[in-house]
Amino acid sequence: MLRIYRSLRYLPVFGVIVIWQILSSSGIIPGNRLPSPVTILHGFTELASEGLPPGYTLTGHCLGSLKRVLSGAAIALVTALPLGMMMGYWARARDFLTPFVEMIRPIPPLAWVPIAILWFGIGDKSASFIIFLGAFFPILLNTIGGVLSINKRFIESSIILGAKKGALFMKVLMPGAMPSIITGIRIALGIGWMTLVAAEFTGVKSGYGLGYMIMTARDIQRPDQIIAGMAVIGVIGYTMDLVIRKIEDRILRWR
Amino acid sequence: MDLKIIDLHKAFSASEGERIDTIMNVSFTVGEGKFVCVIGPSGCGKTTLLRMISGLERPDRGKILLGMKEITEPVREIGYIFQEPTLLPWRTVIRNVEFGLEITGVPKEQRRQKALAALELVELQDFGDFYPKEISGGMKQKVAMAMALVVEPKVLLMDEPFVSLDCQTRNYMQTALLQVWEKTKKTVIFVTHNVEEAVFLGDEIICFTSRPAEIGKVLAVDIPHPRDRTSPELNSIRKEILLFLAKEREKTRNVNGMFTHVHNLSEV
Ligand SMILES: Nc1ncnc2c1ncn2[C@@H]1O[C@H](COP(=O)(O)OP(=O)(O)O)[C@@H](O)[C@H]1O
Ligand SMILES: [Mg+2]
Repeated sequence: MLRIYRSLRYLPVFGVIVIWQILSSSGIIPGNRLPSPVTILHGFTELASEGLPPGYTLTGHCLGSLKRVLSGAAIALVTALPLGMMMGYWARARDFLTPFVEMIRPIPPLAWVPIAILWFGIGDKSASFIIFLGAFFPILLNTIGGVLSINKRFIESSIILGAKKGALFMKVLMPGAMPSIITGIRIALGIGWMTLVAAEFTGVKSGYGLGYMIMTARDIQRPDQIIAGMAVIGVIGYTMDLVIRKIEDRILRWR
Repeated sequence: MDLKIIDLHKAFSASEGERIDTIMNVSFTVGEGKFVCVIGPSGCGKTTLLRMISGLERPDRGKILLGMKEITEPVREIGYIFQEPTLLPWRTVIRNVEFGLEITGVPKEQRRQKALAALELVELQDFGDFYPKEISGGMKQKVAMAMALVVEPKVLLMDEPFVSLDCQTRNYMQTALLQVWEKTKKTVIFVTHNVEEAVFLGDEIICFTSRPAEIGKVLAVDIPHPRDRTSPELNSIRKEILLFLAKEREKTRNVNGMFTHVHNLSEV
């Protein structure tokens, strides 16, 4: 029963595709404005087999983008998590760092592209840096919020039982803030993934990357491949979130 | 080892920057292994007193001595049971009990053994693998006791630990607590605003006045355990405390009346 219900979730997605195909086939949606799902599927297989530019296949583009997202997000996690825990625990740290954080945060990651290129040159490092900027703040803010939401009595009772700072941070604050931290990671990966493709529009001039692939498709005027690339981005983003939610269920069984 | 409370004083800042006295001139000594109940009206400063004894909060004046040692910060010798159970929700019952040992580097084998012994003491040895959300409020407070006892404190401070339990569970928990106390012989300071509870548990009952809390009355209860809740001796002690508390309430009302009076004058 549950299994059937679960697969029914994808019904709206398929419904939209089917209606779209019908509208395209009957000429209501002009093919030069929006290619039909079937045309896009052709574009997709072409991307997967021959690649764009030729020789650079879809798998490579996906892996290239994933590598940048995951490395950027990983660096964001290992920096934002400890900083967020300290800002959550020490009011002094929070008071003095919040203005700084809140002034950097509104700057769109893409506004950093010129600086990123100046610092790291064109390439993976630049792209990872942009992702890092997009992923850092959601993790930071959610970690701070998570620590603040921990019952103060848990902290006091742990201290009475003999917890020093190390144990307090690792065994009380971190697990206590974990639900919030995971939410932060989910948001961070979403933003990172969105930022990445945009960063690759301008930041990658050769090699691999979904954003770069889409721009190449634009240059040779292949809207079917543009949309196929967009769809791949959506599916990968969705899959990443599914995986995290699975991990979340596992880690947060106690809730 | 005696616990000596010497001339404690604590004031909190009110909104307008003035200081409101909460605890004043509180001195008493608790002999080793004694069970002392502290009773007083809600909001009089009982929690504040316990927090100062535990070292969680510093008094403005006065000091706390455990034997020869002055308490200025939380120490493992003085355990604390909070009003709301403080089990870490992401740990199972047994791992909660192990917590105090784990953080001080007690080897795995040994801490499991000690934690099981502590759970046995509160008769929860069969619930080790449950998560806190899966057990009842009374059981949670028992686990909280095991968590505190496993690090072998000398003193146990308890802040209205049974206040949110229903009446029957509360009675049962009181008996369970006395059994644990008789087995472990910890010094206990037990805060409550429930007269029956104080009379049923304490060797000695310290009655606080309304804020600022001062010691208004000290009663010794020389009745051996297990006590009969309905016995005439217990009843007469209850009556004495109830009279005291009623008088305290009367006093507060008069003070409030006076303020209204002054307020009216200023309006004229
Ligand atoms: N941190 C604090 N800041 C300001 N006022 C406080 C603080 N803690 C307690 N108080 C005040 O001190 C009084 C006594 O509180 P408390 O010790 O919790 O009373 P009880 O436990 O007897 O009900 C209350 O009026 C409370 O508002
Ligand atoms: Mg209280």
